[in-house]
Amino acid sequence: MTIIDKPADVPAPRPDTDSGTPLLEVRDLHVEFKTRDGVAKAVNGVNYTVSAGETLAVLGESGSGKSVTAQAIMGILDMPPGRIPKGEILFRGEDMLKMSEEERRKIRGRKIAMIFQDALSSLNPVLSVGYQLGEMFRVHLGLSKKDAKARAIELMDRVKIPAAAARVGDYPHQFSGGMRQRIMIAMALALEPDLIIADEPTTALDVTVQAQVMDLLAELQREYNMGLILITHDLGVVADVADKIAVMYAGRIVETAPVHELYKRPAHPYTRGLLDSIPRLDQKGQELYAIKGLPPNLTRIPSGCAFNPRCPKAQDICRTEVPALSLVTEQDGTELPGRGSACHFWKETIHG
Amino acid sequence: MGRYVARRLLQMIPVFFGATLLIFLMVNVMGDPIAGLCGERACDTATAAQLKRQFGLDMPLWRQYTTYMGNVFTGDFGSAFNGQPVTQLMASAFPVTIRLTVVAILFEIVIGIALGVVTGLRRGRPVDTSVLVLTLVVISVPTFVTGLLLQLLLGVQWAWIKPSVSPEATFGELIVPGLVLASVSLAYVTRLTRTSLAENRRSDYVRTAVAKGLPRRRIVVRHLLRNSLIPVVTFIGTDIGALMGGAIVTERIFNIHGVGYQLYQGILRQNTQTVVGFVTVLVLVFLVANLLVDLLYAVLDPRIRYA
Repeated sequence: MTIIDKPADVPAPRPDTDSGTPLLEVRDLHVEFKTRDGVAKAVNGVNYTVSAGETLAVLGESGSGKSVTAQAIMGILDMPPGRIPKGEILFRGEDMLKMSEEERRKIRGRKIAMIFQDALSSLNPVLSVGYQLGEMFRVHLGLSKKDAKARAIELMDRVKIPAAAARVGDYPHQFSGGMRQRIMIAMALALEPDLIIADEPTTALDVTVQAQVMDLLAELQREYNMGLILITHDLGVVADVADKIAVMYAGRIVETAPVHELYKRPAHPYTRGLLDSIPRLDQKGQELYAIKGLPPNLTRIPSGCAFNPRCPKAQDICRTEVPALSLVTEQDGTELPGRGSACHFWKETIHG
Repeated sequence: MGRYVARRLLQMIPVFFGATLLIFLMVNVMGDPIAGLCGERACDTATAAQLKRQFGLDMPLWRQYTTYMGNVFTGDFGSAFNGQPVTQLMASAFPVTIRLTVVAILFEIVIGIALGVVTGLRRGRPVDTSVLVLTLVVISVPTFVTGLLLQLLLGVQWAWIKPSVSPEATFGELIVPGLVLASVSLAYVTRLTRTSLAENRRSDYVRTAVAKGLPRRRIVVRHLLRNSLIPVVTFIGTDIGALMGGAIVTERIFNIHGVGYQLYQGILRQNTQTVVGFVTVLVLVFLVANLLVDLLYAVLDPRIRYA
């Protein structure tokens, strides 16, 4: 149905990214919120990097700080009550936290885009999807209303929405859940950003649609060679698309690993717990495993390792000393690239 | 849409008849209309009986009602105490009241929404708190107090305006009365806009708009206001009906010869025809205003569809 004969589908060549600086680097990021019960420390020193074409999956329970980190990167934290007391967010080597609001605005949507969880509430109910998509072109590229609409149709075609030209004037509530999430993806993709942050993009969808949406996202990412931060609590979603995984707990990264290694040999008791709680077909009839206890209250994070009250392997040292994210090696000392674990007993966990 | 409008218009018919009948009955309970004709003195019995026959007041009530309604449909609303046809009174009173309503509504829209936006975007700041207190004061002080106070200060003490409005009632003369008339609704519009805006500011789609990198102005005007003003529009729409009929106090204070003034005179002189005639028209205004609001709702919010 595309009526435009511009060769816009060809991805623009990326500016040179192999000059050593990663696309995005988060350094020792801290975020806290002032609440009535005290200061909630949502993020406590997160470090991660994403390169062009790479997919980083950030895994964790609700309240582990994964979404807050993403919002800090996007610059859409509610401040106040939110506050970033410490840390750097480097985008192409430049600290975004030191930029002016106007500079950051120009990056948002154009260089770094975000896909939200609930597409129905995240799309404006009273504006047509064509308008909301076209807005990206009108604001960032200064296109006319007519051109923007044509580009919007093109985008909808791109994310495989049937009869795009006929549906461009429809409103979000007139689309199904999967189609709405495609529109969100199209919106994030509009200006071919360098980095996309997808905050639980498939949580609100049913399983068959989840797979379609994830496939689409992975396909587009490959095609445009974008960096992707995939925030999720669903281990199944991650396995197929991610390159590396960062597991978060109580605002800290507790384990990092290339995706398949994490599944094979977790190096942190929390990750082990997460993997064990996946229902398995060959254990039908048995009781499901669950990590006992609840995620910690962020205003009163336990001393030492935050996971210690729930950890089956906790010793005295876990209650007093915060474990640093240390390199994980093989038993003979050979380095495992990209692996790290913030556990005093990572050796026992991975090799035990 | 067409079917919906047709259905709504048909629904107006029973409402119209019911309302007129009620008013008709209530006015009859008010007392003897003939007594009003004789002014302060009591009428002598022979004259009263003759007048009664002349006006058809000796007929049973249902006959009076059907006769009246029959006349109304031929455009004859009867005549007022001084023999002036009620239609003539309407022709002079309604334009004045409409002008007054327009002034009042403009105040509500311009000042009310502006204050609502300012406070809604700065919740908890000094501006917000002071405007909030101010609206509370305006809402709790009755209109006749604000009206008389402004008249005394602006009209008499400082002589910035004429304390009473001339029969022509031009827009310029109606500014202060319009403000008085609008004051309470204006405060409500401010509060409604503020709450609605503050609530929507936290919504997901506003967060999306920010994440899209839109300039702040565009986020507020296109995304936030567009959604937040839906309840405000409803309020202002229904307020048009209320302002058209409810201006009795303000019109009395500033001596404006509009609908409220004529209604007041009609009630005072126990003139059935003036009261029933005016109120009937007001009922129609109310019904039409409500219909328009409902239709506007569908225009503003695409999720609402009338079939």
